Formats: sequence, structure tokens, C-alpha cells
Amino acid sequence: MARQAPVRDVAPTVQRLRLRYAKRGRLRFTSTRDFQRALERALRRTGVPMAYSQGFNPHPRISYTNAAPTGTASEAEYVELALVKRLDPERLRDALDEALPEGLDVLEVVEVRTPDLAARLEASVWTVELPGVGCEEASSAAAAFLKCDRAEVSRLTKSGMRTFDAREPVVRLETREASPGADGTPCAILDLVVRHVTPSVRPDDVLAALRLVADLVPPIPARVTRLAQGPLVDGASDGDPRRAVSDPLAADRD
Amino acid sequence: MSVESVFPQLEALLPLVTKPVQYVGGELNAVSKPWDSVSVHWALMYPDAYEVGVPNQGVQILYEVINEHPDALAERTYAVWPDLEALMRANDVPQFTVDCHRPVGAFDLFGLSFSTELGYTNMLTALDLAGIPLHARDRDESHPVVVAGGHAAFNPEAIADFVDAAVLGDGEQAVLAITEIVRAWKAEGRPGGREELLLRLARTGGVYVPSFYDVDYLPDGRIQRVAPNRPGVPWRVSKHTVMDLDEWPYPKAPLVPLAESVHERMSVEIFRGCTRGCRFCQAGMITRPVRERSARTIAEMVDNGLAKTGYEEVGLLSLSSADHSEIAVIAKGLADRYEGTETGLSLPSTRVDAFNIELANELTRNGRRSGLTFAPEGGSERMRKVINKMVTEEDLIRTVATAYGNGWRSVKLYFMCGLPTETDDDVLQIAELASRVIETGRQASGTKDIRCTVSIGGFVPKPHTPFQWAAQLDHETTDARLRKLRDVIRADRKYGKSIGFRYHDGKPGIVEGLLSRGDRRVGAVIEQVWRGGARFDGWSEHFSYDRWMAAAQNAFEGGPVDVDWYTTRERDYTEVLPWDHLDSGLDKDWLWEDWQDSLAEVGVEDCRWTPCFDCGVCEQMGTEIQVGPTGVTLLGMPPLPPRGDDLLAAAPSPGTAL
Repeated sequence: MARQAPVRDVAPTVQRLRLRYAKRGRLRFTSTRDFQRALERALRRTGVPMAYSQGFNPHPRISYTNAAPTGTASEAEYVELALVKRLDPERLRDALDEALPEGLDVLEVVEVRTPDLAARLEASVWTVELPGVGCEEASSAAAAFLKCDRAEVSRLTKSGMRTFDAREPVVRLETREASPGADGTPCAILDLVVRHVTPSVRPDDVLAALRLVADLVPPIPARVTRLAQGPLVDGASDGDPRRAVSDPLAADRD
Repeated sequence: MSVESVFPQLEALLPLVTKPVQYVGGELNAVSKPWDSVSVHWALMYPDAYEVGVPNQGVQILYEVINEHPDALAERTYAVWPDLEALMRANDVPQFTVDCHRPVGAFDLFGLSFSTELGYTNMLTALDLAGIPLHARDRDESHPVVVAGGHAAFNPEAIADFVDAAVLGDGEQAVLAITEIVRAWKAEGRPGGREELLLRLARTGGVYVPSFYDVDYLPDGRIQRVAPNRPGVPWRVSKHTVMDLDEWPYPKAPLVPLAESVHERMSVEIFRGCTRGCRFCQAGMITRPVRERSARTIAEMVDNGLAKTGYEEVGLLSLSSADHSEIAVIAKGLADRYEGTETGLSLPSTRVDAFNIELANELTRNGRRSGLTFAPEGGSERMRKVINKMVTEEDLIRTVATAYGNGWRSVKLYFMCGLPTETDDDVLQIAELASRVIETGRQASGTKDIRCTVSIGGFVPKPHTPFQWAAQLDHETTDARLRKLRDVIRADRKYGKSIGFRYHDGKPGIVEGLLSRGDRRVGAVIEQVWRGGARFDGWSEHFSYDRWMAAAQNAFEGGPVDVDWYTTRERDYTEVLPWDHLDSGLDKDWLWEDWQDSLAEVGVEDCRWTPCFDCGVCEQMGTEIQVGPTGVTLLGMPPLPPRGDDLLAAAPSPGTAL
């Protein structure tokens, strides 16, 4: 007879912790799955008392939310852990940050006091560096894009090639000039705020749209960083783009 | 002179390639030493994709052994996929190491580990991208010394043009000996240049330098003789054998990559060598004698490795893990020790007996019993006598009945096709065997929800085995035989739906056969096929049989030999084999007698349990088999240290909503 999965005497969850971490430098090339493996191994090395699922293949209970694409750096990735013992969030932050490689950096850990972090991650603030693109060229492309009602782009997703509108979720798109590189190459920077929709619209989709509507073709691949995620702030249509969203962990901190 | 990282140039290319994470390094437990802090620099390559190469135990061991040396460093490099290769060529980015992204051409030594001959073309790509001349004779003192190791190095003749040296056998002590010779030579101001360095290596008797040997041929294409062409260079080169594995408990800090690899678990090697005497198995022949690691050292390596890696599964590796003389103690001890820690233990073993299942049951006390693998290798009783796989059909049926009765739901059976003297009938008996397995399994388990997968590939005769003289079966006959087997299995209305059939077609085996029993004339084929675009020949989506055959036709044009001559031709006793001057310890006459016994369907026992059969290794190499029992159990070990206690909250604060 087929064996039944043993009913295991698993310890109950007594605490949940939310982590914000960054993906920096060369480790921006890690995928979500790469990060997941690295995190789970770091948790085991540091002896974090994780809660496990039932079944034949018990898994540590970790929720991953809305990860930045492979190749994209980020200062604002979120993960939630379920634990069977109560930990000191600050000590866990230090220990996990130490155990993870440099470039996967745990920035803050807070105890969960409110449900549904994912719902609060309404939008992302991105910065897109375009080496080899002048600021004027970028500005006029951005203006052309913002004038459109729709900007349809296609991308290969897990469920095949999908076509969707990259314009509507874009809340803000501004351009500025970075200090030129050592060899004097210009570099435009796009500040981009995008609402999270399904299918998700990512910075490379906006770049694809800029190519379609304004022939903007960066000679060198763009360097993209997610600066923040969180609830959209009403009326924050100018000023520091990071203020376009508020801290999604604020409610847990109160 | 310091060496700059090429990462800034590489980084701009990474967004344009698939899986860029494989090129950025950053593995846990990787080592970065300052270039100028040591005098001997090794670049180590596993010549396949990163995901295949990074778990390789041989490279991980040598990497750590060298990096522990105060005056040496080692970094790793892997084959880059064609998308990155094209970008590197267009942007003048050289072959780089993943540790510090230093150019491979800057190192003193470039060591390549060949588990399979199908990595040869990837070596040429790496040499070329590194700016190292493809031919050893064109290199000067500014270039690394290119050293081949791994099982394929037991006949490196096909790559003799491209490597400066080859090392046979265990690498732990050999790399340190080479490091010392290079260190001394550099400290003395490189007297005599590259030639002198290679001479110093060759004169140890443990490093094969192909250019110091001349090969003469007979008009019919066979080798007349292989002779050293420098004074002091030995006629035969010996393999290396590490005798006390407890003294070499490597890797102590296994590498954990960020990228997904083909082997997502930690490995602990529990013994080296195998004395079962399966006549097709090169690994079993060239790694003799058996040397067991003690139960205590194994347990310490498991403890230490888990703490340093965070892996959740440990594989206990060897050529036949259930054969360790204390495996029952080890399996129970580890299963007890890690009970309740969500740590998986696995024992890759293909032994066909009930003991194997007891072990597997022990290691899966709480986990899933999905599949067990057995390797009868030959489909008929007669075939199994020819290959010396002493398993009867009754053994197999009894074993699978036990497996299904113990809750295992699927059984995988490994076979080979194209073994010496094999007929269609020998292979077709696999179908009957598989049907009996399902019939028995349904009875033993009381359910129809069980499966049996037959996995079968073409046999390739290998050097230093009793089958080194055998004719390889041509790929047409191999494929035809496999198709017949598939058709018979499919036609089985009663059990066929429960039998899976996986097979590898015969063409790659012919190329592997050409390379593994090749001589120096095969080098021209490898170079031509590489120039024609061959890369990643171990990957079916990249492998092109036609490209190989076209290159061979060109390279062998007008000569007395061709691909058939190397592959489907049977050799006789008097023929000088290309690897005769490379000493695996096995007595050639013993191998020949075993080949004759094979044809007479006579078996030979395992010398671990029975008296010596004079294969020659122990006598020749001054070694001996090392098996337990030591009588030491794991009960004496200190308990696993509690971890994570320092993270606990000072005082529990109740009442948090979860």
C-alpha cells in the first residue's frame, strides 16, 4: 500500500517576522529562486527555529513577495518568516545579514503585527540608469511615452508571450542627468514609479515602450534598482520619488 | 605583478546572457587570496557548464587543499555557454575565474578535471578564450602549464597535443607535490624555462608529460612503441593513491553556489575504490584498492559540512556505498543523530539485495519513499556473467518485492546495451524482467500504483578495464536493439503502462569511444571539430554526430585508421595500447585473463571479502585494501550543538496577533 505522509508533531508558530533586504552589486544577477535557496541555507546555518509545513517534504514556512527581476538591484525586497520560538528581531537581522553573502543584505526585521503585507506593496519606485543615453534624448522619449494613453508591449512570461499596456500603471516618469562616466559618456537616469498590476509591468517593459514610442535604444544595458515598495502616497507627484510610497512596515512598528 | 579583475568588462555583458548568476561567483566558502601573497597560482577548471561543474567533488577538494597552502592559491573556472563566448570574443574579455574574475592566462598552472572525454572541446574553448596557444608546443614561459586530471586522464593521448601534463589518480597529494616543484623553480628564477619545469615534473614518475614521449606507428596503423625521448623520464608513469582518507577529510568547507546546480546537496565520500570487479567499469578498475573512510570521520564530516553549508540533504558517496563494511552503523548512527532536524540523508547505491533496502528504509524513516535504483546492467543471466555482475534474476525479483513491500513506489533499473557478445535476445530479456518486476511489485504492495523505469544506454569500452580490447557495438545496431526493446515493452498490455523506458541513442557513445580509446592522432579530430563549432558535447542539444564524423574523415584522410578502427574493432593481446605506458596498477595480463574469463562467462568475486585475485594494484603500487570494521560507533560523538539560542528574545512578550 502507498505510505501515508506521517502526521508529524510539528511545533506551532509563535512569532512571525518581516524582513526587508537588499540585492546589490553583482548579486543583482541572482534570481528569486537563487535568493530563496541562499536564505533557507542561511537560516539553517544560523539555527533559526523555523516553523515547518506538514507532509512528506516539510518546508520551512517562508513567504516571498513580489521579488525584483533577475539582473535588477533592489533596496526593498520583503520576506516573512514563521518561527517556533520567539526571537529578538535585531539579533536575527545581524545574524542573517552575517550569514548571507555580501550583496544580499538584510536591512531591517520587524515583528508582524498586521496582516497582509502584500496588499500594502501597491507600487514600486525604480531608478533606471541609461549609460550612453543623453538626458535630452531620454526626456523627449519620456514625454512621448507620458502623452500616450496606452503603450502595448510584449514579453515572454511563464504562461507564454503576453501583450499588455505598460503606460497605465506608470504613476511617474522623470528624467535627470547622472554625472558622466570617467570617459565622458553621458548617462540619463529615469525615476519611475509603477503601480503593481497583473501582469506586472517592470522597468524593462517601460524601456520596451520607450523604444516603441520614441526609438530610445540604450547602447548599453540599463542598470535598474528598486528603491522602495509600499502604499502609494496621495499627491506625491513631485519631489523625491522615494516619497511616492510610504513605509509598508510602518504599521508593524507602531 | 598584480592581476586585474576583468569583472567590469564582464559585467556589461551579463544582462545579455542566460543565467548570468553562474558567472558572478560569490559561492559560500569560496576563497579569495591576494594575488601577490603567494607564489604559485592554480586555475582549476571543470570543463562543463557551471551548474554541472560547481558541485564536482574533485575540483572542490583540490581547490581547498591548494588554498590551505600558505604559498599557493586556487581559483575556479567553468565552460561559458556559447552566448557569453560570442560576447567575450567581440569584447575581448578573456576566460576568467569566478572567484576573483582573474584572467586564466595569468595563472602558473591551469588544471582541468575530466570526468568524461566529452569535455575536450570545452577545454579548447577555454584555452582559446584565455589566450593560451592550443598546442602545448607553441606555449612559452608566459603561459600556464596545462595539466589534465580526472578519470579521462588515464588515457590522455587524444588530448596529448593540448595538455602539457596529465596526472593519474588521486589529486590531493599530487597537486601539493606539483605546487612545490613549481614554487622551487620560480624561486630559483625559472632555470631552463618551461622545458626544465616539465622535466622536473616528469622525472618524479608521477606526472605524465606527453611531449617527452615519442609514439611510433606500424604501417597498419597500430602503435609500434611509445618511448621517452629525454633522459631521466620514466618509461611508465604511475597513478597516485591517497592511502588514509581520514587524513584528508576534504572538502571541509564545501562550496555552496548561489545558482542552482545539478546536485543540490552536500556530499561526503565514504570510500574510494571498488573491488566488485564489474568488467565494464573503468572507475572501479582505476581507483583500486578500496580505501574506506572511518565511520567516525564520516560523521564528523557530515556534522561539519552541514554547519558550514546549511544544506538540508547529505549524500554518502562512493562507487557502491552499501559496500562500506560499517555502512549499517553509519546509516543508523546518522539517522538517529539527525532525527527531527529536517535533514535528509541519501545513499546512492545500486546494489541488488535486501540489505540495500534496509539501508534505504533507515535513511527515509520519516521521509518520502519515492524511488529506489538498482543496476543489474545486463538483461540476461548470461550477460551478467560476461560483465561480472553477479546478480541472478531471482535475486532481483526478491529484492524488488521487498522494496515494494516496504512502501517504495517506484524502482529504476539501469542497463547497458552493446556489451561484448550481446545479442538481441539478451537485451529483449530486459522486457520480461521488467514485467516480472511489476507483477511482483503489484502483489507485494497490493496496489497497481507502482512503477518501474528501465534506463539503458550504450556501452563504451574504456582503457584499463578487461573490456579495453573489446569491439564497441556500432550505433546502428545499438539503436535498432533499443528500438526492439522499446517496442516489446510497449506491446506488453498487462504491465507495459507501468514500465517507463529511457534510453540514450548510440551516436554520442561512438564519439566517446573514439576519444576514450583514442591515441594522439585523434587530437586532430578534436581540433577540427572544435574549429567547426563543437561545444558542450555532453549536451544533446549541442552535440552533433555529423560534425564529429566529418572532422574525423578529414583528419584521418589518407591514413590507415578511421573511426571504426578506434571503436568497433576488437584488439588482440599483442597490440600496444595507447595507454600502456600509463600505469593504473592493474596487471595487463590479469586484465587479459579477465577478458578471456568474461568470454567464457566465468565470474570473479569481490576481493574485499575473498582472497586476492592478483589484479596487480596492491603489489604494484605498494597499497592495500583498507576496510573495517573499526568497531567505533557514532554513539561516542558529542551531541549536536544547539544553534540559534543566541537569537532568542530576552523575554517572551505574549499577546501578539499572528
